[in-house]
Amino acid sequence: MAYVMLDGNMAAAEAIKLARVKVISAYPITPQSSVPEMLADFVNEGKMDAQYVRVESEHSALSVATTAAMAGSRAATATASNGLALMHEVLGMTAGNRVPIVMPVVNRGIAAPWTLWCEHGDSMCERDMGWLQFYSQNVQEILDLILMAYRVCEDARVLLPAMVCLDGFFLSHSMQKVDVPDQTLVDEFIGEFKNKNTYLDPNDPMFLCDLTGNEEYTEMRYQQKVALDAVPKVVEEVFAEFNKKFGRSYKIVEGYQTEDADAVLVALGSMCGTAKYVVNKMRKEGKKVGLVKVTMFRPFPLSHIKKAIGNAPVVGVFDRSTGLGSLGGPVWNEVAAAMRRSNCEIYPYIGGIGGRDVTVENLEGIFNELLDLKDGKKAENTTWFDLKGNPMEIRQVYQNV
Amino acid sequence: MYDIKHEAKGLVTHGNSACAGCGLELIMRKTMEVVGPDTIIVIPPGCAAMFSGFGKEGGLKIAGCQMNLENTAACASGIRAALNAQGNTHTTVLGFAGDGGTLDIGLQSLSGMFERGDRVMYVCYDNEAYMNTGVQGSSATPASASTTTTPGGKTSQKKDLMMIAMAHRIPYAATASLQNLNDLKKKLEKAKNANGPSLVHVHTPCPTGWRFNPALSIELARAAVRTGAWILYEYENGKITINNKLTELAEIDTYIGKQGRFKHLNAEQKTELGKQIKDNYFTYTSMLERMSIH
Repeated sequence: MAYVMLDGNMAAAEAIKLARVKVISAYPITPQSSVPEMLADFVNEGKMDAQYVRVESEHSALSVATTAAMAGSRAATATASNGLALMHEVLGMTAGNRVPIVMPVVNRGIAAPWTLWCEHGDSMCERDMGWLQFYSQNVQEILDLILMAYRVCEDARVLLPAMVCLDGFFLSHSMQKVDVPDQTLVDEFIGEFKNKNTYLDPNDPMFLCDLTGNEEYTEMRYQQKVALDAVPKVVEEVFAEFNKKFGRSYKIVEGYQTEDADAVLVALGSMCGTAKYVVNKMRKEGKKVGLVKVTMFRPFPLSHIKKAIGNAPVVGVFDRSTGLGSLGGPVWNEVAAAMRRSNCEIYPYIGGIGGRDVTVENLEGIFNELLDLKDGKKAENTTWFDLKGNPMEIRQVYQNV
Repeated sequence: MYDIKHEAKGLVTHGNSACAGCGLELIMRKTMEVVGPDTIIVIPPGCAAMFSGFGKEGGLKIAGCQMNLENTAACASGIRAALNAQGNTHTTVLGFAGDGGTLDIGLQSLSGMFERGDRVMYVCYDNEAYMNTGVQGSSATPASASTTTTPGGKTSQKKDLMMIAMAHRIPYAATASLQNLNDLKKKLEKAKNANGPSLVHVHTPCPTGWRFNPALSIELARAAVRTGAWILYEYENGKITINNKLTELAEIDTYIGKQGRFKHLNAEQKTELGKQIKDNYFTYTSMLERMSIH
């Protein structure tokens, strides 16, 4: 065990090294680029014994990682934003072939307009592709969640891939003090990679992923659903074992000051750090607010969410993505469905997109609004809460209209 | 893993859903004869997917997977990387894709694989259109050929896969034809043993898409070579060998006259197409001779 200063991307690369990944496929995209750079250095300096495949696109990056794992080697790649969007159809291949890849996703919005900066729209677009999704609050969580995700994904009850999401720049480029575990302990924890059920091996040949008729397709998709249903239990076992071995405790969903709360906010990612600070500050002022931090969003942890929200009469859900065309953001939709038999009111909040900072003032404003809604002082919430005053005025072209 | 219900001679099932007279089926059988059981194959969706199988029934006795249409080369690279990581140098990794999956949507990942120098054997069966989806034109469809998306005849030329492969300086690339199976097998053997990426680009008569009598597949493969419409050559470590150096070409009608896809052309247009093919043969082969490192 050693404390070192790492940014989020360094922590992701360090975790991939600790997991003794044997095939790395690499394609750069801001703000992920330093992950493949660091992995290249590890391989070049002999710190990692791995094949480094410098591919020509993210589509190929995930293709290489997926078939490498099918052929018997632990494999990794990382991406962000439009890169993840380009991987879209391969994501289905990875999950459907039950390939347990762990992929850091450095959250960044998808064009247009172009943005380089943080939002969860990229990974949220892929939430129904059969992958697990974990969201990190800080740099330590990135490293720990990647290590734990390997255990979960490679468990015979699961055999599915996972994205470990980290907020672009807020985490990927933020240096924090990180406890990097000993290689020996990680080896004991993760173990050797071994294909289960599906594999490409000339000594025991099988053909994977042929055309499947409608008499079996539904059942094969159902098998994936059952595997996802098994995830929360496996994750809890792995979290407990991790805590025992490395002394850090994780929860699928963390309720923070929620027990007696009048208003709670559901959130994920790096903003949860700020949200906890705001909860502490407002509690000192006598305002009973709490935070529900969602670490695992896929599979959606229904019972954990319900338990964490408890009896709070008003609930705000903070989506760091737009959910365009929907009634609310993707997290709000799920929470609303989860709480449909409860008496609480659930309000959508959309903001912090394209790298816009989620400030103490933003979160305080949301909590105060939720309390006003509870007390009947307000009738409607402000979904797009961090809009500037003149949203329809910017970039207007007055020709041909 | 396979539960063999009917023992086949070789690695390909005896019964499969190929059309009568399918050129691809013969190419697959010859390829399997050369590569043998110590092979992992990647097949994209397309005509060759009938060898992936359907449901619980497979078409091949070797290990393999059917991935996306555009990533055959990348998926093969991933398998090779894993085998390298495991110290396995003996297993052949084979990409087996049609012209659409190779020259169109798969060209980027093919280029990536070539450029990296990954030891992958890649066979492109070129039936000159998207036959599995119902004969839509591809970049490999020859000029003037009619398809469902080029009903009046394609107005642009066929894309040159060999030149693209050679631009990557890969150790081995060749065109081949069903007109000479020994030549095809010899080329597949060289591709298998190449110390890096290799390509065998095989002209693939398709009775369904080209609209001809299924009994004539081999004859049409031969006619394509004799009329100069398909040029047989090899690129081996920088050296180019033209396998069918012809001084005189057969009448174009012996090739296009038997196919429905050229039926819309009038006599004058057929003569013009014949002239283009002839000119191209002599220009192209003399260019190859100048390009070759002797």
